[in-house]
Amino acid sequence: MTILDVKNLKKYFPIHKGLLRKLVGHVKAVDDVSFSVARGETLALVGESGCGKTTASRCIMRALQPSSGEINITIDGKTTDLAPLEKSELKLFRRHMQMVFQDPFSSLNPRMMVGDLIAEPLLINGMDNESERRARVRELLDLVSLPTAYMNRFPHAFSGGQRQRIGIARALALNPSLIVADEPVSALDVSVQAQIINLLLDLQDRLGLSYLFVAHDLSVVKHVSDRVAVMYLGQLVEIAPTEALFVTPRHPYTEALLSAVPKPDPRARQERIILSREVADAANPPSGCAFHPRCSFATDQCKSERPQLQDVGQGHQVRCHHARTLALQGVGPSV
Amino acid sequence: MPPILMVDLMTTSQPLLSVKNLKTYFALDDGVVKAVDGVSFDIHAGRTLGIVGESGCGKSITARTILGIVDRPGRIEGGEIWLTRQAEDGKPYQTDLLTLPLEGPEMRAIRGKEIALVFQEPMASFSHYYTVGNQIMESILLHTALSEEGARQRAIDLLGMVGVPKPERRIDDYPFQLSGGLRQRVMIAMALACDPHVLIADEPTTALDVTTQAQVLNLLQTIQKERSLSVILITHDMGVIAEMADDVVVMYLGRAVERGPVDAIFYDPKHPYTKALLRSIPSITAKPRTKLATLEGSIPHPFARPKGCPFHPRCAEAIKGVCDSHEPVSIAQGEGRDVSCFLYGGQP
Amino acid sequence: MSTDQTSREEQFAVATQWQLTWWRFRKHKLAVLSGLIVIAFYIIVLFADFFAYADPHATDSRRSHIPPQTIHFFDDGAFKPYVHGLTQKRDLRTFKLSYQIDPDRKVYLELFAEGYRYNLFGLIPSSTHLLGLKNAQPEDGIFLLGTDLVGRDLWSRIMVATRISLTIGLAGVTVSLFLGVLLGGLSAVYGGVVDMMIQRLIEILRSMPTIPLWMGLAAALPNTWTVIQVYLAITIIISFLGWTDLARVVRGKFLALRNEDFIAAAELAGASQFRIIFHHMLPSFLSHIIAATSLALPAMIISETSLSFLGLGLRPPAISWGILLQDAQNIETLALAPWLLAAAVPVIIIILAFNFLGDGLRDAADPYG
Repeated sequence: MTILDVKNLKKYFPIHKGLLRKLVGHVKAVDDVSFSVARGETLALVGESGCGKTTASRCIMRALQPSSGEINITIDGKTTDLAPLEKSELKLFRRHMQMVFQDPFSSLNPRMMVGDLIAEPLLINGMDNESERRARVRELLDLVSLPTAYMNRFPHAFSGGQRQRIGIARALALNPSLIVADEPVSALDVSVQAQIINLLLDLQDRLGLSYLFVAHDLSVVKHVSDRVAVMYLGQLVEIAPTEALFVTPRHPYTEALLSAVPKPDPRARQERIILSREVADAANPPSGCAFHPRCSFATDQCKSERPQLQDVGQGHQVRCHHARTLALQGVGPSV
Repeated sequence: MPPILMVDLMTTSQPLLSVKNLKTYFALDDGVVKAVDGVSFDIHAGRTLGIVGESGCGKSITARTILGIVDRPGRIEGGEIWLTRQAEDGKPYQTDLLTLPLEGPEMRAIRGKEIALVFQEPMASFSHYYTVGNQIMESILLHTALSEEGARQRAIDLLGMVGVPKPERRIDDYPFQLSGGLRQRVMIAMALACDPHVLIADEPTTALDVTTQAQVLNLLQTIQKERSLSVILITHDMGVIAEMADDVVVMYLGRAVERGPVDAIFYDPKHPYTKALLRSIPSITAKPRTKLATLEGSIPHPFARPKGCPFHPRCAEAIKGVCDSHEPVSIAQGEGRDVSCFLYGGQP
Repeated sequence: MSTDQTSREEQFAVATQWQLTWWRFRKHKLAVLSGLIVIAFYIIVLFADFFAYADPHATDSRRSHIPPQTIHFFDDGAFKPYVHGLTQKRDLRTFKLSYQIDPDRKVYLELFAEGYRYNLFGLIPSSTHLLGLKNAQPEDGIFLLGTDLVGRDLWSRIMVATRISLTIGLAGVTVSLFLGVLLGGLSAVYGGVVDMMIQRLIEILRSMPTIPLWMGLAAALPNTWTVIQVYLAITIIISFLGWTDLARVVRGKFLALRNEDFIAAAELAGASQFRIIFHHMLPSFLSHIIAATSLALPAMIISETSLSFLGLGLRPPAISWGILLQDAQNIETLALAPWLLAAAVPVIIIILAFNFLGDGLRDAADPYG
């Protein structure tokens, strides 16, 4: 059962230059991205800075207006495309999809009490009875394992991990079906990170949530996701079930990405694949395959022809001319 | 060719830099924060020491204390920092850095020339008003007798060495014109400008993408081999420690809780904090949708420092009546290894 | 953990942003002192006539240019403050009558004495003053800061001048506040063409040389207008230019806040634009507005003082610091009666006090900004 189906999502930012602000080109932040998320599933969207994963997630939440494409959400059997909707029409759908933010220090209004912060979505969406709201806030604080006495405190009293829990409680207030988590643990200490990851997994089991998990840390992604989508320069280059992607990657970029992750095992020091050069400029992407300037397998075809997303079996898709012939190295089977 | 001093030290296995019982406290309005509270470790020539810990453990302050650049209201309250230096006649001798005046000529000669520092945030550590070439040359002109032309050529050579493409053009770029990865390389070039013996890298790759991180770490390893450089690598990332460090110091709330060779730390951790930390790291070979072993509670607020062992409120193996009221001492556990934990001795 | 620590933690945890700001402000000794000075000045504003002892409008050419007279606090060892009396003398060369100090006569001071009549707060008739003389001859008087050319006591005039100089500042700032928040807010919320036009307007206003502008506007005021009317018109003229700073602060803070995640979170929950602005954004920069306002006040005060000093603002018989300083324009007068410059001292003190206070408030409101 699919809950989210993104088709051909594009977000282009216009570039204006000169005194008369002439349109000289576009930054193709998100360039024809398609994927779907099933009910109760976690899809991770990974990539490095500038790949477009954050822009894509903001488009899906309609915090940004997509340039084109469809954002289909299915609730109670009915599917609606969110992309063309007006702000007023969107309000009906807000309760079904919520966001957890990266920075625990700027995602909570420092002037509001924790109880009010969590209750705000309820207040905005029609729960006028105060005692009803308070009861629900207590329920939510319980869900995220925070004492209910914290309702009367202000955000400055809490650590990063606790604030993130408050943010999660707020996101769950309206009982959404889909949560878009934008780097929810990147800003946390390692020991706290583990607590929040466990919490997210727990909540998913208890409430049947679906997650779109945007992240750059592949180890975290391995723990949390069912499927992974890799983005590079605004395009989706590979999408597969987690185990398959990590053990048998089919795109050279994915291989390099996996190889670059430092393994916490001094006996496993190996030769890393070091990519040459820098990530290209999104305003002026390379011709053909966007990755070809850094790819050790690039051929002439790669320089001139943009590859399409191909199906290589069992839900595994790759955007590479040589997907079927390359033998790439993954991280080894799960233990 | 590594400098004579290094060869000397490497053969005698005497430490190049020896920190003993270092204490740096901050006197704030609401109380005293013991940022570094009795930390000891040795750095040997040509080896990498990794200092690992979470926020508030004092690893950055330790690095700044060694260089004598702690911001007020921080004060160095005690300890010794023995640096082995080379006299005019080539013989090595040792100086306790803490006996030198912070702004005096000797400390200023050491900073940049013998001990160099690479910062975490490249954008914040560069001056916005000067070109990168200018900033590298500043260090060279300060510490060597080279002319301006000579310094410029050396700066171009350094940029080339750290892998900056077209260094003769990039030397006149401003920091904002460079990407994060390039900036970090330039930072490393700046640090190496005067051929230091010790390079302190404070979270050098935290702000970088993982592929760029791989490039920079690779660079550090190459440079270290070529110059027999000693590196102090400060990070919170256990993966980076495993890849880069020869020896490790684990810090918690200003204390060094465990010390030892990297293999021992990962395969035979002794301190409960080290064990818990290693268990809670997400692993790239884990099964999808699996939970992590967690460490309960959170890092205490610096003003609410627990009595006795700073880790005891979160420790599964804490001994009642001992860990909550007495501070553990460092217990040797073999060559180059020690633990600060009552489980291994030192009980009053 | 001791209970002392837990209760302090608890206090910290439930402290609102205002309380935290207050605690931070309290640590700034200079700012707190400045705050007290400002409060002291505004007490004088309320009780100006009470702190004066001589009718600020009463002229007496015989009392012309009397130098400041010190109060002698001890009379033969006992604490009995007194001043010397005056006797009438005629200058034999000019045949002008004047009062001279008579060192042989002592006139004692008393607190809460009877003096000239006035209306407290403009409503309650009273004639009590802080200081007065016991059993005085008609020619005697207290002259803490001396008198001016026409024999008016400077101290009393400064007291009364405080009222006008400080309230005109307040009125001006209120107008600026309203204009600044409105236009700055519109600029930030609507962006685009509206923003561009308002910002260009701000730049044009700021680049105008103020003194010629004021001269022009003041000259346009009909001189048949009453003191009150002139007063209000001056206020409007000054705040006409003063709102620009505040508008920029408001716009800047708005734009910075818009990028905060908690605003995005509220939007994603379905909050209306109204709620975002008034519930989330406004409280966040209220403290900045207060700080910017306390820094705008000294500018207003200086503006009025300068205008009146140049004869372009308020005119006698109104009394303001600027008008008092007019008497000190003349080098000859200054050589004869240098105490007339005393009117500059309260200006300097209050400007410094407001600046330190404003700095302290701004640092307390936004320690990282």
